[in-house]
Amino acid sequence: MALDTVANAAATPDFELPFAQLGLKEDEYAKIREILGRRPTGSELAMYSVMWSEHCSYKSSKVHLKQFGEKAVKSDALLVGIGENAGVVDIGQGYAVTFKAESHNHPSFVEPYQGAATGIGGIVRDILTMGARPIAVMDPLRFGAADAPDTRRVLPGVVAGIGGYGNCLGLPNIGGEIVFDETYAGNPLVNALCVGVMRHEDIKLAQAHGAGNLVVLYGAKTGGDGIGGASILASETFNTAKPTKRPAVQVGDPFAEKVLIECSLEIFAEDLVVGIQDLGAAGISCATTELASAGTGGMNVQLEKVPLRDPSLSPEEILMSESQERMCAIVEPSKLARFMAICKKWDVTATVIGEVTSGDRLHITHNGELIVDVPPRTVAHDGPVLTRPMARPEYLDSLTPTSLAPIESAADIKAAVLKLMSAPNIADKSWVTKQFDHYVQGNTILSQPEDSGMIRIDEKTHLGIAISTDANARWSYLDPYNGVKLALLESCRNIATSGAKPLAITNCLNFGSPEDPGVMWTFAETVRGLADICLEMGLPVTGGNVSFYNQTGKVAILPTPVVGVLGVIEDVRTRSAMSFKEAGLELFQLGNADDNFSGSEWAHLHGQMGDRAPTPDVDHETRLVKVLLAGQKYFAAAHDISNGGLAATLSEMVIKSGIGATISIPGEVVPGGLTGALFAETPGRVVIAVKTDNVAAVERIATDLNIPMHTLGVTGGDALVINGASIPLAELSAAYTETFPRLFG
Amino acid sequence: MRIGVVTFPGTLDDRDAARAVEYAGAEAISLWHGSDDLKHVDAVVLPGGFSYGDYLRCGAISAKAPIMQSIIVAAEHGFPVLGICNGFQVLAEAHLLPGALTRNADMHFLCTDQKLVIENNKTMWTNGFAVGQEILIPMKNAEGNFNCDDATLHELESEGRVIARYVGANPNGSRAAIAGITNKRGNVVGLMPHPEHAIDLLTGPSEDGLTFFTSILNAMVK
Repeated sequence: MALDTVANAAATPDFELPFAQLGLKEDEYAKIREILGRRPTGSELAMYSVMWSEHCSYKSSKVHLKQFGEKAVKSDALLVGIGENAGVVDIGQGYAVTFKAESHNHPSFVEPYQGAATGIGGIVRDILTMGARPIAVMDPLRFGAADAPDTRRVLPGVVAGIGGYGNCLGLPNIGGEIVFDETYAGNPLVNALCVGVMRHEDIKLAQAHGAGNLVVLYGAKTGGDGIGGASILASETFNTAKPTKRPAVQVGDPFAEKVLIECSLEIFAEDLVVGIQDLGAAGISCATTELASAGTGGMNVQLEKVPLRDPSLSPEEILMSESQERMCAIVEPSKLARFMAICKKWDVTATVIGEVTSGDRLHITHNGELIVDVPPRTVAHDGPVLTRPMARPEYLDSLTPTSLAPIESAADIKAAVLKLMSAPNIADKSWVTKQFDHYVQGNTILSQPEDSGMIRIDEKTHLGIAISTDANARWSYLDPYNGVKLALLESCRNIATSGAKPLAITNCLNFGSPEDPGVMWTFAETVRGLADICLEMGLPVTGGNVSFYNQTGKVAILPTPVVGVLGVIEDVRTRSAMSFKEAGLELFQLGNADDNFSGSEWAHLHGQMGDRAPTPDVDHETRLVKVLLAGQKYFAAAHDISNGGLAATLSEMVIKSGIGATISIPGEVVPGGLTGALFAETPGRVVIAVKTDNVAAVERIATDLNIPMHTLGVTGGDALVINGASIPLAELSAAYTETFPRLFG
Repeated sequence: MRIGVVTFPGTLDDRDAARAVEYAGAEAISLWHGSDDLKHVDAVVLPGGFSYGDYLRCGAISAKAPIMQSIIVAAEHGFPVLGICNGFQVLAEAHLLPGALTRNADMHFLCTDQKLVIENNKTMWTNGFAVGQEILIPMKNAEGNFNCDDATLHELESEGRVIARYVGANPNGSRAAIAGITNKRGNVVGLMPHPEHAIDLLTGPSEDGLTFFTSILNAMVK
């Protein structure tokens, strides 16, 4: 077909465009015709189709996500909120921190290495776009059963992709999660979180202000990769009957991104941009419409000026291309020469492709012919809003309580602990994390497997931040409203266990198909729970991401709302680590265990799910955070109790320390007996190691805040001894470390 | 005392190397790959990273950078140069040091705290250590597998030019477990692990790495 111009579209109103193949529904196409007063051109259709896709428009989730606005916490710390590329939080001393998580699930199933790599690339550019230097990444990951053949294809590729891209960018990878569950087979979750830091005055926004200012595209040249990725790949459930979408996955070049980061930061430092936007999903379509829509005027773009890697690309493809490592800046004409000089220094291609106008339309021409003439807001913000049907899923009525044999004898205890510690969900993840650089930039204070990742922000004042990502999908499955609340409380507990104060949150909500009323109900309950808990905890939501269609056929993934909490620590030298350095320390558990095994790893190892998530106790968790922060200076070590219960927490501590411990648990006083004390995952608990001289001080703090403090035992020896069951460290460590190499080579 | 730290496109550990230089008590001077100006520094560090994205071969393109031409000439006259990780790869590609750094034997990127034994304390960068001293510093690379022909290995061993070896299981398949080497004169040192990441206990596994940077100060004062 010849170039489909605006004039041609007006002249041929009945020409049929393949809107359905681009993922648009009939009513959506009708709405586009109504907006434009004519049929769209091929280029306009391309833009609307990508920007109105589920991935870009949040059309199924919008009606629910507005709760984050309605229930917003009034926080002085929030400098930039939801709606920009990433939220920005004040951490004091003039520093601002921006952090965000995103999903790259579907591409990572199709092409694990590139999918995961470009997931890192995309989230890093979001952070950079705010004006910040990216300083760390984290990766919450979910895979199908650990021993499934496809997991052996997907996991090593994803890990290599995260490492291959993140290591080359010079970003320390400081944590994340790896969880296996059958429901993720065919739908792995590859979420990536990035955090960046800047001075308050350096915050940048995605706005195109000032008629006559120039639109500059810089970074990599535009190629044919990822075309239609956003609209097709992320918005449609995989269906074997349709042709493969394989070529739609983007290909990353981390070196180009590293250079782009340094080049951009130098440009920002000289204050050379009015507005800035990265090119991610929907490429130029997204960047131009979002910049223009958030600005005061219109924009003219000359598409033939876009530097191409593949000269055969059509205008529609140029608009949709998701080629990586590209940015779009709005630059005043007087600053263009300096902008270009910095790009030249870094060997970054930069091209003026248009200008901001005083009108209110986005005009895109190709060799002088007008091919796009749209109100930018209709593309970027006025996408469809769906109120999807919801229904409480039937499975919730047929849940059965767990039925687990009690553990009593010493032989039983030893066998149970070894079985737990070698389970893929609990076992040592260093096979994975050794492939990630956690040292680069020289500011990493804590990294995986610690409770949170911690980064020093200022070398002179010792100010730092901590980040933790958490989700408990099984609890969300049992009770989506409370499941996400528990995830947030766990994340806060992790932050405080390391010695930092929770400050703000982000999220990445991974769900099945929104067209399934049961999935939609669990999603709605999750959003309601998250908005409520943030209000209760006084934590602002800085932004988030929704990933739907994580579903193969009728099987949806477990609802997996990943919550990321950012904390601040005034002096990183006071942080607590999970390992202790000496024998003779007293070990205590803060908080009580109960007898609910539902959703626990112990139940999972017995093929059981259970029937109820724990009840979140916000009051207890708030007081526990206070105890952790006040007691910080007295702790020789601290470690949260979560997956695997107390048994896993103690095992992880002694293995990391290389020093054993002797534990005595009076089983009869715990509601779940010894089994509950060791393996239930009752939230609101932390293990601390304290020097004898400091015990009284810690007890006073716990008593004042009404937090139960139970004596567990004492550190020392070369075994973990629990109620007389002696597990030599070497044997425990072997069980813990052998699983991943055995599974993945 | 001024120590230059070179930034190539894709260099990552330049700020870390500069921090280590300053911890040791010297002034860190930033040097740019595209200039041949050494800015009158007394020594230079080629830091780690993925210069030029490791394209072609690790360090191959950087070895041709203008700054390297000045460094090569100076090094041949005794100017002190420390190449860390990618910097070691650049030195090998620039033929200031023999051998090549190839893909790790298990084909994975490896980030770990690695034990080394110091075998030569006569170089300008290792004089603060004792021979036989064991140190613990991070290593992180995908191409750290040192290889050379038999004649070169014999020369390195017989002249005592292996400055550090891996202790315990060979982490990456390097010949003779070699972690670092020096040139005949002892002014150019290449090391795969990262001493700049072991300068304090807050951010590193030890303070052992700092000695590489204090050694050069000692060497210059003498």
